[in-house]
Amino acid sequence: MTAPGPYLNARLALRRGGFDLDVGLQAEAGEVVAILGPNGSGKTTTLLALAGLLPLDDGFVRVDGVTWADAAAGQILEVRERHTGIVLADHLLFPHLTAAGNVAFGPRSRGASRAESAARAQRELEALGVSDLAQRRPAEVSHGQAQRIALARALATDPALLLLDEPLAALDPATRAEVRGVLGRRLAAYPGVTLLVTHDPLDALTLADRLVFVDGGRVGQVGTPHEVVTRPRDPYAARVVGLNVYAGEGVSAGVRLAGGAVVASQSHEYAGPVWAAFAPRAVALYRERPGGSPRNSWQTRVVAVDVVGQTARVRADTMIAGLGGLGELGGLGELVAEVTIAAVVELGLRVGDVVWASVKASEVTVYPR
Amino acid sequence: MTARSQRGRLPLVALATLGVALVGLPLVALLLRVDWPGLPARLASPLVWPAVRLSLVTTAVTTLLAVVLGTPLAWLLARSRSRWAGWVRAVVTVPLVLPPVVGGVALLMAYGRNGIVGMPVAHLFGLSVPFTPVAVVVAQTFVSLPFYVVAVEGAMRSVDGRYDQVAATLGAGPLRVFTRVAVPLAWPGIAAGAALAWARALGEFGATITFAGNFTGTTQTAPLAVYVALDSDPEVALALSVVLLVVCVAVLGLLRGRWLR
Repeated sequence: MTAPGPYLNARLALRRGGFDLDVGLQAEAGEVVAILGPNGSGKTTTLLALAGLLPLDDGFVRVDGVTWADAAAGQILEVRERHTGIVLADHLLFPHLTAAGNVAFGPRSRGASRAESAARAQRELEALGVSDLAQRRPAEVSHGQAQRIALARALATDPALLLLDEPLAALDPATRAEVRGVLGRRLAAYPGVTLLVTHDPLDALTLADRLVFVDGGRVGQVGTPHEVVTRPRDPYAARVVGLNVYAGEGVSAGVRLAGGAVVASQSHEYAGPVWAAFAPRAVALYRERPGGSPRNSWQTRVVAVDVVGQTARVRADTMIAGLGGLGELGGLGELVAEVTIAAVVELGLRVGDVVWASVKASEVTVYPR
Repeated sequence: MTARSQRGRLPLVALATLGVALVGLPLVALLLRVDWPGLPARLASPLVWPAVRLSLVTTAVTTLLAVVLGTPLAWLLARSRSRWAGWVRAVVTVPLVLPPVVGGVALLMAYGRNGIVGMPVAHLFGLSVPFTPVAVVVAQTFVSLPFYVVAVEGAMRSVDGRYDQVAATLGAGPLRVFTRVAVPLAWPGIAAGAALAWARALGEFGATITFAGNFTGTTQTAPLAVYVALDSDPEVALALSVVLLVVCVAVLGLLRGRWLR
């Protein structure tokens, strides 16, 4: 009998305290799927449910044609009968075992002989470039090295699902880049499905084949990194890729938002629900209301200013109604502008200041929701 | 300022000193009053060696029993979320507060010749536990197992539960998680618990004399011998007391250096 459907097919529904998760996940063998979302959105709960560490109230998990869990049929495989490998931000290496002992733990538990397990451990440590640490204890290696050993341990049982929960989050930036590289190379050779929970857009964009956005226990946008970067359809996704995105209704030469404000764009053929998106660097800031060509001008209050290299990201809230002759329109909500540091100094920008933000209509992209 | 706070502490220091004196003086008295040059001769008394040997053997067996039975119990209690765990914990810890003599009576009611377990066993197999060295071990285990379980459960609770979870994802069953993860990680607590259980077993008097009796060579442990000798030959009682004191302090000191803080 051939396995119908994708390699991983799951619907995970469960309640935990006041939190309610209901997400569907599909992935093909060899795929790396990044799960992104704000804190408390259900990312980690999703991984724990797949591993069987949290029971499902409803839904199912099928992997490679095998049913791991089916709430309706009351069928469930124990945690140890599922083939998963798990790595958390905290490496959780067994402190009383050497690196080699940690990696051999899985094969030994699954019935391999002592010699086979030791050989397998050595190969996995080599694949992640830490074979010279085989005889060290976890307390004697750096955090980056420990995380590689933890990855080797998770992969040594040939899991069908590799569950990575913020595996790079606890590392310093230089180590993170190094381990990210090692991880990317190792995942390319891994035949199962990888689910990578992360906060870091760079992890998601460089390691993943597909991004899944989760918010409030529900799946938002799902797409390739290219789709998400060019057309984010989820406020969190937009923030991750650094775009300003607003939901509204398509009207002639623009998008009318729920509050009544219209974002002007070049003419488009979409009616009904659409997104209006523009890049932060398309936003210009002024002390006085700009005259001339830009049709999109909003009065805003500065919320935060972050400097990255030669540019500054200015977060600002558009102010609602009554000011500067835009009385009839509602605000946009929050927007992000990227300007040069020189502009910040010239404008004398401080948090709490009121400034005008403008965007040319030609810089606004419109696409259907 | 400092001088005043020093003076303010005086009542506390006075009470604490009184407490230390109450406990420490008898121990010092024991060491002062014993006849050191005559010690070897006293210890050669026919009362001493059989009692010491019996104590060494029975406390070793008791400690082993506490570890073998108590470690899985402590692990199950530490990880259980069922309300039954609370009841089991309550039952197991009763001997901590029960007068040992009452424990001895309870043991007779259960495993004695007319006990609810002892009678059928005596009928079916012709075995009788009371007044044998086995009874000594049973009495010692009854009083010392709770100490062991309480100490080890605490240590196992502090083992991060995510280690169990990771071990399970790696394919380890409950037995393997217990032997390869829980026991090694809780090892200092297990050593401490074993030391406590051993010390409690060595000092056991009330339950033993009630349930096992006081027969030289078979059930007369060192504490019972001290009690008997106090009547017949106080110098022997004193000598044996000093030996017990020294052995206890030495073992605890050794453990403290290795595993306890």
